[in-house]
Amino acid sequence: MLLIPCPNCGERDEIEFDYGGRAIQYPALNNSMSDWHMVLHQRDNSTETIEEFWYHQSGCECWFKVTRNLNTHEFES
Amino acid sequence: MKYSGFSLLKNSFSGHKHWPNIAADIEPKSRYDIIIVGAGGHGLATAHYLAKNHQITDVLVIDSGWIGGGNTGRNTTIVRSDYLLNASFKLKDFALQLWQALSQELNFNLMYSPRGYIDLAHSDGELEHFLSRANAMRLGGANVEILSSQQVADRVPGIDVSDNARFPVCGALYQPDGGVVRHDAVAWGFARSASTAGVHILQNCPVTGFTAKDNHITGISTTRGNIECNKVLISAASASSKLASMVDIKLPMDLINVQAFVSEPVKPILDSVVNYNAGLAYISQTDKGELVMGGATDGYESLARRGSFSSIEDTLARATQMFPFISRLRLMRHWSGTADIPMDGNAIVGRSPVENLYLNCGWGYAGFKATPAVGWSMAELLATEQLPQLLQPFALDRFKSGALIDDAGIGPYPWLH
Ligand SMILES: Cc1cc2nc3c(=O)[nH]c(=O)nc-3n(C[C@H](O)[C@H](O)[C@H](O)COP(=O)(O)OP(=O)(O)OC[C@H]3O[C@@H](n4cnc5c(N)ncnc54)[C@H](O)[C@@H]3O)c2cc1C
Ligand SMILES: [Zn+2]
Repeated sequence: MLLIPCPNCGERDEIEFDYGGRAIQYPALNNSMSDWHMVLHQRDNSTETIEEFWYHQSGCECWFKVTRNLNTHEFES
Repeated sequence: MKYSGFSLLKNSFSGHKHWPNIAADIEPKSRYDIIIVGAGGHGLATAHYLAKNHQITDVLVIDSGWIGGGNTGRNTTIVRSDYLLNASFKLKDFALQLWQALSQELNFNLMYSPRGYIDLAHSDGELEHFLSRANAMRLGGANVEILSSQQVADRVPGIDVSDNARFPVCGALYQPDGGVVRHDAVAWGFARSASTAGVHILQNCPVTGFTAKDNHITGISTTRGNIECNKVLISAASASSKLASMVDIKLPMDLINVQAFVSEPVKPILDSVVNYNAGLAYISQTDKGELVMGGATDGYESLARRGSFSSIEDTLARATQMFPFISRLRLMRHWSGTADIPMDGNAIVGRSPVENLYLNCGWGYAGFKATPAVGWSMAELLATEQLPQLLQPFALDRFKSGALIDDAGIGPYPWLH
């Protein structure tokens, strides 16, 4: 069970949140298809920690970015 | 050694202490023709069919853990081929045909039990969709039926199809040939057959890198030194992404935790596999009497192989909506595997941008059923360099070209699950 640190509400139970996936940097709209392919599809799965988005749906309804360790599930700020 | 009534009798006189190992202990050679990274069902099936169909046995199957200790030994053992799109359907239907004779072929009881797979619909729209899926399957030659809710009730005692259920059941898709296969036996059966044919299987030895020259792999690095080879297949499920990144290939997949659950054993109550689609929960009963259940993924990236409590609650809530009697049972065990889920939800099988490196991964929570068909086809690709038709749709470059295998019909959607 994750306790997710919302910047507004503090640590809250994961069932209050929606997952937003990897915190990817979108390219400009007129960038090439291959740029978009790299960003939308390709993932670097070689690291233990990732940056990701969460949406506090049943709370303050705020999107925010956190860093999380995929093995321990610990959040780092 | 051939397993038989006679060998059982003979070994009972020595207290069953002298059965040979499933796979022979080996010292790795310095060079192999083909190296397969990952001794899961898929890697071992590939080795078996390389030996059986192509007489290629200069093969090493190497694993960081033990035979079948990955998702092969963690899944809920369901096999079926009820997919809408040809690419998915054909591969899994070929597997369903192979499962039927595989226990005989491997001289190993895989406990294939075609007890029928029942996919419940909870709305007219969903039932319509099942109908079109059933029709597509019929065109492909599969045996499939659409059941009314009354027929579901007749076939599955204990199921709640009443109108006052939280999500009433209005019908189902029924594939009689679907069922379960014992997952460990699949890994052991393929391992034993490949090993007997002369394939080397090396356990507890992680692959840590590749040696390469000009877009050509010359060998692998392991904790026990370097081993040279002509071809490499990465068949390492969720670890495939990290392995591929060692030769600068990024794979389009997320790694997500999926759980499975087992109840205390009870008398026989369920002789089919039933899938509940309002939310997700599916259930079958083992020969020992335990109810095996699975559900949706935990929903976020994880390598922990440790389940989230909310998905336990969620899956069991769905399961009790489907079978109210489950509320009185205790949960005995639950465990997790890391599912490797590509952006269109379908596997990545075939060639890679590196000349002699092949990929088989991205099977997520749905690849057990395909095991023999993937092994068969991958062996053909490795042996003949001809890409079998069954595998063509699963190419890695489909993400770039846009030829996605969109079973869910919702388009390319990163973090799909
Ligand atoms: C909970 C759960 C339920 C599931 N239920 C079903 C189901 O009912 N039906 C179905 O069809 N599918 C199901 N699946 C999916 C199915 O289990 C997998 O798709 C399938 O087993 C994958 O087999 P594999 O051989 O490709 O991978 P695995 O069995 O995972 O084998 C990969 C191997 O690679 C090894 N490895 C990893 N890193 C390295 C390294 N660096 N060096 C060497 N070796 C390495 C691992 O140790 C592992 O043994 C389920 C999955 C889970 C997790
Ligand atoms: Zn909040």
